[in-house]
Amino acid sequence: MDAGLFTSMLFSTVVAGTPLIIVALGLLVSEKAGVLNLGAEGMMAMGAVAAFAVTHHSGNPWLGVAAGMGAGAAMALLFGVLTLTLMANQVASGLALAIFGVGLSAFIGKPYEAIALQAVPPIRIPFIADIPLIGEALYNQQALVYFSWALFWGLLWFLYRSRAGLVLRAVGESPASAHAIGYPVIRIRYLAVIFGGAMAGIGGAFLSVFYTPMWAEGLVAGRGWIALALVVFATWRPLRVLVGAYLFGGVMITQLFIQGSGLQIDFPSQLLSSLPYWATIVVLVAISRNANAIRLNSPVSLGKPYRPDA
Amino acid sequence: MTGRPTHGKTPDGTPRLVLKGIGKVYPGVVANEAVDLEVRPGEIRAVLGENGAGKSTLMKIIYGVTRPSAGQMLWEGKAVHVENPAHARSLGIGMVFQHFSLFETLTVVENVALALPGAPALDELAQRITEVSERYGLPVDPRRHIHALSVGERQRVEIIRCLLQNPRLLIMDEPTSVLTPQAVRKLFETLRQLAAEGCSILYISHKLDEIQELCHTATVLRGGKVTGECIPAQETPQSMARLMIGKDLPHCVHGSARGDGELRLRLAGLSHACEDPFGTDLKDIHLDVRAGEIVGIAGVSGNGQQELLRAISGEETLAVKFPVQICGVEAGRLKPAARRRLGLAFVPEERLGRGAVPGMSLADNALLTAARGQDMLAGGFVRFGRAHAFAQRCIEAFKVKCNGPAAAAKSLSGGNLQKFIVGREILQAPRLLVCAQPTWGVDVGAATFIRQALIDLRDRGCAVLVISEELDELFEVCDRIAVIAKGRLSPTRPAAQTSVEDIGVWMSGMWPAADLEHQPPAGTPTEPANA
Repeated sequence: MDAGLFTSMLFSTVVAGTPLIIVALGLLVSEKAGVLNLGAEGMMAMGAVAAFAVTHHSGNPWLGVAAGMGAGAAMALLFGVLTLTLMANQVASGLALAIFGVGLSAFIGKPYEAIALQAVPPIRIPFIADIPLIGEALYNQQALVYFSWALFWGLLWFLYRSRAGLVLRAVGESPASAHAIGYPVIRIRYLAVIFGGAMAGIGGAFLSVFYTPMWAEGLVAGRGWIALALVVFATWRPLRVLVGAYLFGGVMITQLFIQGSGLQIDFPSQLLSSLPYWATIVVLVAISRNANAIRLNSPVSLGKPYRPDA
Repeated sequence: MTGRPTHGKTPDGTPRLVLKGIGKVYPGVVANEAVDLEVRPGEIRAVLGENGAGKSTLMKIIYGVTRPSAGQMLWEGKAVHVENPAHARSLGIGMVFQHFSLFETLTVVENVALALPGAPALDELAQRITEVSERYGLPVDPRRHIHALSVGERQRVEIIRCLLQNPRLLIMDEPTSVLTPQAVRKLFETLRQLAAEGCSILYISHKLDEIQELCHTATVLRGGKVTGECIPAQETPQSMARLMIGKDLPHCVHGSARGDGELRLRLAGLSHACEDPFGTDLKDIHLDVRAGEIVGIAGVSGNGQQELLRAISGEETLAVKFPVQICGVEAGRLKPAARRRLGLAFVPEERLGRGAVPGMSLADNALLTAARGQDMLAGGFVRFGRAHAFAQRCIEAFKVKCNGPAAAAKSLSGGNLQKFIVGREILQAPRLLVCAQPTWGVDVGAATFIRQALIDLRDRGCAVLVISEELDELFEVCDRIAVIAKGRLSPTRPAAQTSVEDIGVWMSGMWPAADLEHQPPAGTPTEPANA
């Protein structure tokens, strides 16, 4: 493999992994608080269409990202009202949210199909972007790529170093105990769910404004589901989410390169296209078989409704 | 701030806390009604009452977990409405819960940090935890995860967490139910030291001997109302029991065991590695239980009781047959239903979810374990009439208060459901009954009834194995007692030849290596269980 090909594949891998990282880390926060929101696909789709529409009309991609974030957060708020205030079942509500979001985004996005946005130029970080092989791939990237790294480090600090993160983990493990020592469980869960929705919205915005600057129905293409699976298979640990997302991106890009390279291989392209999905799952399942680690990291009360007794 | 609590003394005559006419109504239930209570600086006041008497609800009101529907609370002379536990803590009220409010996946210091105001640096806090734990004789390592701690250590963490907030009122909810007798003694020393420094203590319990030993004053609750106040030192257990349950303490009638019956259960070197990383591995357990005797297994919970029960009941099957022998059959690889066909009956620790399905009727629950033995199946169909009739027999024979066999299991109180489950197993005329925590969370009347039922079953020639954390209970019903500690089982000793003290020492894992079963030591002091 020549150096140029390596650099461009690494570049593409990072780009493909970025929306997954942003969405999965957002979901990780809401799941650490004990709320299972299966509606990621719908929140991403709404974020994507909102970001596209606002960018198209305003010409400013950052207003678009803000709109995507707002749309994702609004969807999550809806989910929060259903499951945290009205105590609806989280699994059923999440599935409904996914279907609702995908459908509504297709409806809203109808007038925007077949319009292309102007590509947003990457941001080049001086000096380190000159490192051979990896510099161009890692440090001449879209702003949201840098954002995903900041989010990762910020989340590591928040979850394991800050008091607020400690409270969040406590709420996810035992809401009754957290309530008994005086924490507002429902409010904390709302914040965590809305954060998760906002990140899903940004992930969607990345797809429609930066990754493929266009809108089409089905643009999200199951990435919301992959992000959900990533969080579980990563046993709720941010570093493994990062690894899993880039693994997915890497396999995705590799199979695209193979399909696009014109190599005559005797292998159905459909199977090749499915490779990233199952490769990610197989690898993550293989590395997450330690029962002790799962017990220590998984939020014990995930998906269980909690009603403080007044 | 230092680790040393500074308990400001209130001027003489001002009680630290006064409750006036506190009431709490839940839909359909009156938990508390017109409760008056007063506690002074340096006073240890018992709140005495049976399960369901409204003690815990009252304490949750004081601590701000729930809000009263009526009444007034005065804190150091001023009227307060405690909004939430954080508010209670800022007033100087600390609480140690009966069911621990610790987070298992977090470390000791993280757990403590969660309950403190502000955001203390964890390193500094660990230092303070060590200081306080040394000062009050509560050793604990601040860096360990809660799930790796024993139950006694967890309680220490709860107490230290309270002490770091410099409480002026400490509420202890049934603190001794999980401790060895020696640990209880240490706890009492700590509490006396705290009281001497001016801290007020509300001590909730239904154990009369403890209250007599520790508390200066007592308030007795029954059915949510105060039925009396007394000075425990001037009362007898009988007089306090009358205040608590309205009549004398019932006692079991207990004849001596035959002890030469046929072998019904033999554990022959049972070892089993537990798959759950937080569980306990069983190591080389030997035990014989014969027809016509009750053998008890004591121990602090989390020492392998659950794993042992699962290995005996068949919920956890073994790789080899011989270590579990039921009625002469090597049953190590048999499933629970097959073991029941050999004559095993089994009362698990959790009533709801394992002993009974909460949402199903009593008749359906009877069907679950008695279907085969009581001929309730016909060609794959259920004979509901028979199931109904059998449930009705359980209800009548064991005086279960309910709306008949169609009542849902979850609608019964803990004591009544436990009577039903024990009745369901006993009425199947088992050859071997294994019973875990038979009277856990059950009121005194029902507990005595269940214990008597176990003794009667023994007298009819059944072999009975009881696993319990309540030493008093084991000494009341058992013929022989063994102790489980860290997955190992001690030799058994005749109950009459041992004492609560000895068993307490064994519970920490230290028992003589020699097999005491065959050579009871001469001159071992014996004492009645309630001394």
